[in-house]
Amino acid sequence: MIQAPDLPGWAAVLVALLLLAGALTTLIGSIGLLRMESFYERVHPPTLGSTLGMALIVLASIICFSVLRSRPSAHEVLIGLFLTVTTPVAFMLLARAALYRERVEGGGYSPPVDEGEK
Amino acid sequence: MRRLLPHPLLALLLFVTWLLLTQSFSPGQMLMGAIVAFLATQAMAALKPEPVKLRQPAAIAKLLSIVVADIIRSNFAVASLVLFRRRGRVSGFIHLPLEITNSYGLAILAVIITATPGSLWVEFDRHRSTVLVHVLDLVDEDQWIALIKRRYEALLLEIFGQ
Repeated sequence: MIQAPDLPGWAAVLVALLLLAGALTTLIGSIGLLRMESFYERVHPPTLGSTLGMALIVLASIICFSVLRSRPSAHEVLIGLFLTVTTPVAFMLLARAALYRERVEGGGYSPPVDEGEK
Repeated sequence: MRRLLPHPLLALLLFVTWLLLTQSFSPGQMLMGAIVAFLATQAMAALKPEPVKLRQPAAIAKLLSIVVADIIRSNFAVASLVLFRRRGRVSGFIHLPLEITNSYGLAILAVIITATPGSLWVEFDRHRSTVLVHVLDLVDEDQWIALIKRRYEALLLEIFGQ
């Protein structure tokens, strides 16, 4: 069993800084979710957590476990890959659902419909 | 060879993914990875996807580095918009005309635009080749259109062709 106290000092500081920075980025994204005013604006800030926040935490994990097990640990990269591929799909679906609803119900923040559009 | 392994690159990626996930290079896991890669590529072939011709590895690397840099920059831009509310910030939709018609190119552009904080791909109109993009900090519509076309679409056209 490997334990976090086995981590050498330099690695502990580096991992802690990366983790905190990633958590802070994700927190700002979540605060943005609360503070934005319209539905479409709200979709933007959470992407902070799924991009830079995720990358920093993944990096912290790679460094932590590579040092602890004294062999490269890279499977965390897959988290980044899967998140990057899947979250935009969810965001697009949400935005399209909102757009559809506003077009059907009228009003709201929907974009001006062009002449050519039906 | 083609019939046995219709998508060699996909098979290789799946094999590597399997080994990374199980974190083991034991013969048993290698065999399992190979079986998964083989079956999944057979399933993929049954779907008959549109063939991809990847050109210009240099363009791929350039696009990747531009996207990473832009995502990091946008993270800071959106974070500052969240923390320090700016008066007069306008968010809104832009109609982005596109030249690229390759569906993989479009899919990648959609992921790039949505994954970048501050812009969101909403709806693609295939008949008129325009995309509805929502922008969090909309200053100048034409500037946004030029930016996306120059930075991403030009490279995607190089990689996938029209």
